[in-house]
Amino acid sequence: MNAELITALLVIGGAFLALLRAVKGPTTFDRVLAVNVFGTKTVVLLALLGYIGDRTGFLDIAVLYALVNFLGTIALLKFVETRRLG
Amino acid sequence: MSDPVLLINVLLLLLAIGAALAAMWTRDLLGAVMLMGIYSLLLAIEWANLFAMDVSYTEAAVGAGASTILLLTALTRTGTREKAGPNFHPTALLTVLVTGAVLIYGTSDLPRFGDPLAPATVHVAPEYITQTVGKVGATEATENDFGDHVPNAVTAVLASYRGYDTMFETAVIFTAGVCVIIILRPLAGSARRRTAGSKEDA
Repeated sequence: MNAELITALLVIGGAFLALLRAVKGPTTFDRVLAVNVFGTKTVVLLALLGYIGDRTGFLDIAVLYALVNFLGTIALLKFVETRRLG
Repeated sequence: MSDPVLLINVLLLLLAIGAALAAMWTRDLLGAVMLMGIYSLLLAIEWANLFAMDVSYTEAAVGAGASTILLLTALTRTGTREKAGPNFHPTALLTVLVTGAVLIYGTSDLPRFGDPLAPATVHVAPEYITQTVGKVGATEATENDFGDHVPNAVTAVLASYRGYDTMFETAVIFTAGVCVIIILRPLAGSARRRTAGSKEDA
């Protein structure tokens, strides 16, 4: 067991908890928060996997996912507040 | 489990299956949209792990970004609760099972994964790899198209070997986007026009 693997397992554990929260709810805001947390876990996991496999290209993708995650959260919250997107 | 990446992959795929099952099971459509976003993010990591960077980018941008917004747009015109109904559709299950069985039967004809003697490996791939990547369409007189600056074979194939294909794909997607805007806009504009027209009538 090396440090990267333990870190990855902890992050996946956190992702699992976020998924549980997204399934259980109970309010919409729990779910929005869960999705946002999950996106953050994705970014961290990609960076970790890039480190483990020594692939620097993963960092670019991680940054892209951070941006997409932000966009999705904004769209979700806008829909929840106004029930429309325009 | 000696390989850490393998262990991580297995856990991530289990999470993806969990997210997909939850998205099917939930009756809250807004929650289902969010669960599909999570599912897309997990698949995007998997694509990146398989070195399919272009697919990974697309999955993140389209699956987690654009699809979420598209589904939310659909939800603005419908309700956010699924109608209660029978959860079990025997015909649908049978169709899925038959289709899946046919597809799995079809894979028995494919060459083994990573087979060095497979037609795809011996026919054109060597040219793409040995070259020639970056010297597409080059003759003795002209310099090559990319100036030897495309180390990634996938990028070379997408941008040059299949350059026209990619270009017209972009054109098709642009046309589809314009059509969606044309279809959706009157709905937003007609309400405004109606109120303006009623004022003129008054």
